[in-house]
Amino acid sequence: MTSRILLLVLGLAAWPALATSLDPTLLKGLAADDSEEKLAAIGRLTAEAGPEAAAVLSALADGRLQMAGDRFLIADGDKLRDAATGEALPAAPDGADAIIINNRVRRALQGSLAVLRVFDVDRKVRLEAAQALGEAVTTDLLPVLDRALSREKDGGVRELLVLARARASLRSPDPAVRLAAVKALGSGATLAVKAQLATVTQAGNEPDAAVREAARSSLAAVERRLLLADAVDRVFSGLSLGSILLLAALGLAITYGIMGVINMAHGELLMIGAYAGYAVQVFFAKHLPGGQDWYVVAAVPVAFAAAFLAGVIMERIVIRHLYHRPLESLLATWGLSLLLIQSARVTFGAQNVQVANPSWMSGAVSILPSAVLPWNRIVIVAFSVAVLTVTWLLLGRTRLGMFMRAVTQNRAMAGCVGVPTGRVDTLAFGLGAGIAGLGGLALSQISNVGPDMGQLYIVDSFMVVVLGGVGQLAGAVLAALGLGVASKFLEGVSGAVLAKIAVLAFVIIFIQKRPQGLFALKGRLSEG
Amino acid sequence: MDPSARRSLLAAFLRATPRAGWWGLGMAAGLAFAVVPALHLWVPVSSPLHVSDYTVAVAGKIACYATVAVALDLVWGYAGILSLGHGLFFALGGYAFGMYLMRAIGRDGVYHADLPDFMVFLDWKAYPWTWAGTQHAAWALALVVLVPGVVALVFGWFAFRSRIRGVYFSIITQALTYAAMLLFFRNATGFGGNNGFTDFKRIFGFPISAPGTRVALFAASVLMLLATLVLCRWLVESPFGRVLRAVRDGESRLRCLGYDPLRFKLLVWTLSAVLCGIAGALYVPQVGIINPSEMSPANSIEIAIWVAVGGRGTLLGAALGAVLVNLAKSWFTQAVPELWLFFLGALFVAVTLFLPDGVVGLLRKLRPARRARAARPAGAKGSIEEVVA
Repeated sequence: MTSRILLLVLGLAAWPALATSLDPTLLKGLAADDSEEKLAAIGRLTAEAGPEAAAVLSALADGRLQMAGDRFLIADGDKLRDAATGEALPAAPDGADAIIINNRVRRALQGSLAVLRVFDVDRKVRLEAAQALGEAVTTDLLPVLDRALSREKDGGVRELLVLARARASLRSPDPAVRLAAVKALGSGATLAVKAQLATVTQAGNEPDAAVREAARSSLAAVERRLLLADAVDRVFSGLSLGSILLLAALGLAITYGIMGVINMAHGELLMIGAYAGYAVQVFFAKHLPGGQDWYVVAAVPVAFAAAFLAGVIMERIVIRHLYHRPLESLLATWGLSLLLIQSARVTFGAQNVQVANPSWMSGAVSILPSAVLPWNRIVIVAFSVAVLTVTWLLLGRTRLGMFMRAVTQNRAMAGCVGVPTGRVDTLAFGLGAGIAGLGGLALSQISNVGPDMGQLYIVDSFMVVVLGGVGQLAGAVLAALGLGVASKFLEGVSGAVLAKIAVLAFVIIFIQKRPQGLFALKGRLSEG
Repeated sequence: MDPSARRSLLAAFLRATPRAGWWGLGMAAGLAFAVVPALHLWVPVSSPLHVSDYTVAVAGKIACYATVAVALDLVWGYAGILSLGHGLFFALGGYAFGMYLMRAIGRDGVYHADLPDFMVFLDWKAYPWTWAGTQHAAWALALVVLVPGVVALVFGWFAFRSRIRGVYFSIITQALTYAAMLLFFRNATGFGGNNGFTDFKRIFGFPISAPGTRVALFAASVLMLLATLVLCRWLVESPFGRVLRAVRDGESRLRCLGYDPLRFKLLVWTLSAVLCGIAGALYVPQVGIINPSEMSPANSIEIAIWVAVGGRGTLLGAALGAVLVNLAKSWFTQAVPELWLFFLGALFVAVTLFLPDGVVGLLRKLRPARRARAARPAGAKGSIEEVVA
């Protein structure tokens, strides 16, 4: 700790000097004919570690650094300025000549510039640079790290820098420095840190017993954190998978509950939603390039409307005639799904299309070191919560919802008291389809969009309906999230394929114990 | 069992298929055992009467498909159990016999090793336990019956016991075949992963692509189809068949009458799976390949449309549907491949909407006189007392 405070003080002392100008003697060697001398000068400048040094080095790398007499000039477009003082020059002095570098020097320059990115004004660039430094740090970078630490205000970047510093110090000959470094590493949570600590625990690599002991306890701390991060990661990706399954299964549960028809083309309604998102993205790229970031928002009503329309057409033309023949409706809707897949293939091509995340959905939040939650998944979870809430309100609080529940409970009686059952069927089917379309839009943000995409999710969403029972939203929610999280955890243990098989086996065994999950049959199928 | 009972069983067996049916079966058998072999083996290639290799292979393949369709019709048309996973049993039978065919390759594979090529490729040193004994054709043939039978029995027992039926049962069978497909796609499962089994060289010591072998396999497939038709006809005409129809039309009522539907459903379900397995075993040597895509849900649901096209609950119609749809598929995939899925999709929709009884139902409707003749006095003896007796 004291050493860090000391560093901070030193850094602050160095601050004003850095801010104004660069010591001209530092630049000397840059113009030398000898590559060795050039390299030494680059090293000195790198150790100087400030924005000015970075500017000089990047000018050198781009061939914009010129030499006139003993002055160094940086060309910025057609403007020139003095490299040491920063003073602008009206015109190029006589004999100004660009400094030429060879490949060896260029390589060294790239390394230095990468290191110096920890001084960039952009936080993201600094974060990435600090991350890169942590992976491949050497002792001679210690001064640069100290300087960067002294200027860094951002907590996330600081943490990475401290880690990088500790890893560099591990190579120090002083056991006390190494001990402090090992202790500092204990707060890390990356696989690289774990590997580094593991080498320190071995007697061959570390002569000092106290350091080895400290390394062991640090290692344990890092491993605990990694395990936690892994669990967080799995739970979260399970939740986001579950929320997509939920959007897919919600529509299925509604249509099955009301009409007793299982719609095998439900997966293709997901596909329609995803392609609607793609179409909106293409439209924005062509006509509204400025609003590109918000195409997803515009795509929400479009995806819903497209799938709603497809659902209503399907219901009116085909499914309406099959209410009393549930098994045949499986075949007819499978036929519809083949038609839709082939239409998508003809219209959009058999290849997957690219749907990009808007910028506000890319990136990630890190809640723990090394446990990051990608924004697109967070948005998807929030989105499905919103859709679920709206559906719940629609079913529970509106006239249409009341009609739907009435038809689910007793179709004949509902018809007798004046519920327009035919229209309710159509609207309910459209609603289920529209929700699936929203699910497809969500899916397009985390996976491929192609004609076959619906087929991948249809079996899973059936399992959700089977597990959750029909007619209760709560059952569908629990089943979807449970299946999502369980399959992500099983994937970690046994691989994706065995996880799917295990989930299927679980569903079959589960309904042995609780057939009412299955058999809360209402509507037309309650006859045996 | 006294001899008279055995005779009456045999008599019932023979009487189940009507006389016209026996004539039809006899003609089909003659075609398969005499006409096609003669035209294929002894008529020169240049002659327009010659039956080509390709035709024999396609006909044999379609005979296998038709057997599967009849097996599915038995459970769907008569017991009301729509399976969307029959492709699994077909493929299991194919894989069981495929193991024998793979071992019959011997050292003639690409790597000239004792193990099949895919195992050499995976650097395996010995056969996994699942392959034990499959070098003996007899054990492989036993597996053809046992594996689909046991899988169907276990799955059916669990499913029927918890009274899963209707569309639920259908989608669970679909999930079953889907899961099995994923399992077989893995290399570690030990059945060749993606590529499955192929490059067969010989069967029971005969070269597999020789004209004589082809014709024999074709004839065996047709024989299997005819035997399946006769067996299923006998089953559905027997009291057992009446119970099956009762399961289809009112399971709760049947239960009230003191029957346990579980055993009836389980028996017919397992029998259907075994028939599919045998058809699969005949299919593999004729097509020369078996891979996990045979287990894809799309394949299994296609079987259901064969049955629907021909007419559910007619047995012969199911076979007819399989032939018609597969001929159409052969034509489409050669002439206009991109339209095949449109055609198939439209077929699914059109048949369920406009042709609920399939082609056979349509023919019956068009010829009411024949229908009246077909309603034999036997149709009148379906009283409950007889079924119970």
